[in-house]
Amino acid sequence: MRQSEFLNVVMPFKDKLYRLAKRLLVSTEEAEDATQEILLKLWSKNEKIGSYNNVEAFAMTMTKNFCLDRLKSRQAGNLKLVHSNYGETSTPLQRQVEAKDSASWVQKIMEELPEQQKMVLQLRDVEEYDYDEIAEMLDMKPSTVRVALSRARKTVREKLMKKHSYGIG
Amino acid sequence: MELDNIEKLLEKYFEASTTVAEEEALKIYFSKGKVAPHLEQYAPLFQYFSNAKKERFTRQVPLKPRKNYYKWISVAAVAVLAFGIYFGPDRYRDYQEQKEAEFAYKETRKALDLLAENFGRGTKKIAYLNQFEETKQKIYNNN
Repeated sequence: MRQSEFLNVVMPFKDKLYRLAKRLLVSTEEAEDATQEILLKLWSKNEKIGSYNNVEAFAMTMTKNFCLDRLKSRQAGNLKLVHSNYGETSTPLQRQVEAKDSASWVQKIMEELPEQQKMVLQLRDVEEYDYDEIAEMLDMKPSTVRVALSRARKTVREKLMKKHSYGIG
Repeated sequence: MELDNIEKLLEKYFEASTTVAEEEALKIYFSKGKVAPHLEQYAPLFQYFSNAKKERFTRQVPLKPRKNYYKWISVAAVAVLAFGIYFGPDRYRDYQEQKEAEFAYKETRKALDLLAENFGRGTKKIAYLNQFEETKQKIYNNN
């Protein structure tokens, strides 16, 4: 597969990989590193790519595994969760999100969820995949996806209610 | 969209039994700004989801054909090695022979030098014989 063909295959979902990585790793830089790593891994396998029936789902699974590995090694290495994008104003989007204060609550609430629920919520409510696709990506049963999703949504609602009624988080 | 309908959808949403299209409808409703007061608390949730989708991966990824490069380096290395193994001993033997020849040449030269020196000494002595011959001639001529 040539470079241009590869890019045509990968371009449509590279942002999705990045957003999933960021959801899990929180830090912008780490998410970018992870995405780059995944793309390079895909590129090194580019001869086999044609034989995968769903490259996007495959890449998503790779991203998930890579990020979970990173999180695990970070815990094992006793490293702190470092990210510098608290006060960052470089991206206009970041500012836009931050400006809507309550919207950034949602982000913080999502950070507190367990990894699996985080991923399910990200893939369903942000990326709008259907249950079967999510099940394939995360290597779960569709029914388990549904349960995790309902649980995640309810947790987010509960915490959002609390913040809403107290005014400040 | 009717408020009734939205409330029903929300209920279904939290049970995770909505379809993607229904969730899309919820997002659209909450992004319009005209949200019923008792549902306002849900607005940030759906607005956040819509916003989160706008984030982009902007870094350029360098896609080099790294694999081929390494392959050719190893091919070159093997070629050099094979060449070395094939021709190496020959060259070494040649080198060894040349060194031996040089040594032999030096030794021979030394021996010849020695010989030449001794011959030189001999010629000097023979020079006296010349004088003897000259004197003899003189004597013969006088007589």
